Amino acid sequence: MSKMMSRWGIDRNLLLLLGPALVLVVALFVWPFLYGIGVSLTPGPGREGFLSNYAAFLGDVRERASIWNTLWIAIPVTIANVLVAVPIAYRMRRPLKGQRPISAVFVVPMSLGVVLVAEGMLTFFGPAGWFNKVLLTLGVVNEPLQLVHNYIGVLISLFIAEFPVVFLILLGYASGIDPNLERAGRMLGAGAWQRFSRITLPLMMPGVAIAAALSFVATFAVFPSAVLVGEPAGATRVIALAAWQAAYERFDFGEASAIAITMAAIELVCVAAILLGRSRLYRGPTGGGKG
Amino acid sequence: MGEKRRGITADLSGWLVYAAVTLFVLMVGSIFLTVLLNSFASSWFGGWLPDEYTGKWYAFAVNEFSLWRVLLVTLIVALSVTAISLVVGVPAAYALARRRFRGKSLVLGLLILPLLVPPITYGIPLATMLYEYQMAGTVAGVILANLAPALPFVVLIMTPFIEQIDPNLERAARMMGAPTLKVFTRVLLPLAVPGLLAAGLLVLVRTVAMFELTFLTAGAGSQTLVVALYYAAFSAGIRPGQSIDAMAVIYMATTLVLLIAALRFVNPTNMVMRVR
Repeated sequence: MSKMMSRWGIDRNLLLLLGPALVLVVALFVWPFLYGIGVSLTPGPGREGFLSNYAAFLGDVRERASIWNTLWIAIPVTIANVLVAVPIAYRMRRPLKGQRPISAVFVVPMSLGVVLVAEGMLTFFGPAGWFNKVLLTLGVVNEPLQLVHNYIGVLISLFIAEFPVVFLILLGYASGIDPNLERAGRMLGAGAWQRFSRITLPLMMPGVAIAAALSFVATFAVFPSAVLVGEPAGATRVIALAAWQAAYERFDFGEASAIAITMAAIELVCVAAILLGRSRLYRGPTGGGKG
Repeated sequence: MGEKRRGITADLSGWLVYAAVTLFVLMVGSIFLTVLLNSFASSWFGGWLPDEYTGKWYAFAVNEFSLWRVLLVTLIVALSVTAISLVVGVPAAYALARRRFRGKSLVLGLLILPLLVPPITYGIPLATMLYEYQMAGTVAGVILANLAPALPFVVLIMTPFIEQIDPNLERAARMMGAPTLKVFTRVLLPLAVPGLLAAGLLVLVRTVAMFELTFLTAGAGSQTLVVALYYAAFSAGIRPGQSIDAMAVIYMATTLVLLIAALRFVNPTNMVMRVR
């Protein structure tokens, strides 16, 4: 046994260094997760069969709708984030005055979190808030727009909360691309659009995939803002909310666990799809150099 | 001519970036400004600005939301999570940075998973388990739950950082007869201080902002600021809106202080997870 372990590069020191962290991760993440799977397969009262909790969730139209509600929020926000962040990051890779303050500005809402943004949005975007006041004064609209307590409100709050993450990742990738590659393209007669679409964008794509995956992970888990600025009884009744309601309003831990496991499975499939797409893209040096 | 036109388009794209940034700042800034103004407003009905100003909502928030206790709990939870995840996570990061062993990718996968799957998916069963061990609703339970994503986060941030430290320095110290513990405390730790500061501050900020796990595991006496704020906003109508905004301003001030401290040590592009 110990011979095999030493052949695998495992010794006492390694176990001492790695052991405590692994024990904690197993106890606080793996074990609860497996426990959740176990609970989800144990039929609740009045149910039969080991998949009955899943059937209760997926068989109910209203419950099942929470999956589409979540995807219908997570996917548009992720796409919007990427579409806005790519051109800005592309431009900021070249020197621009105030680069550091600009990136600092984007970090602030990231750590403030969705709860605070949601609370502020209720006043700012409310019917008597500044946003509607400006629109009314300018004569853009005749009556206040309904921007909170609905689907739009959740989109806005998640965009504000997640855009910084997407932007900073893309900025990191864009600034790692050797400008000489574009210079070479220009010398060979490529126009501005061609240089962007044929040289820089393909090199940025791995970063785009990572940023999109992280944005999707965060928006797919949306919970507080779906309640606070959304319409939690209707269009923004997301999976996380459905799981929470099953657990703490109906005390149906079997179905709650089934919802949670379904949620994790859908999310991991989507992330795997994004990252699989990434592995098919160009991967290699983004610096010039001699080669 | 061609040269000149290129100069102008470069300027134009630069201005577009400034415009986008201004728009973003304007929107986020006014969101925060309305919260700030409202928290000082004795009443604000439909006008551009509040009718009169007062500081009474802060006193109200302190009493009504037992603010001092909430702040104390937030501090205890955030500092404990940071300390434990650094003490446990840094040795693990060292092992991952320096050693080759079978099952290393399995360990890495195990560490990435808690950061990928939504916290609510393991938070609900974790809360049930804590309940069985009579730890649900306690500060210790909240700390344990928050460690689940914080510890992997520290390991994943510190691993590339330790990889950058030249292993020859350790070998030299060893050759001169320093025992392992001394190599660790006298050579490695001093070199790792910038990384430790960065990882520690990031975990601190993330723990203060972590909603789901605290929400699921906290009881009445172990709420952190973000959860107390959620409950206040959720039950809006019971209490005056200004007192909720006062609470939000206090939350904002707390995180901003942490954030400004973090920005002194961390480049913003490193604030997000580094995945390669």
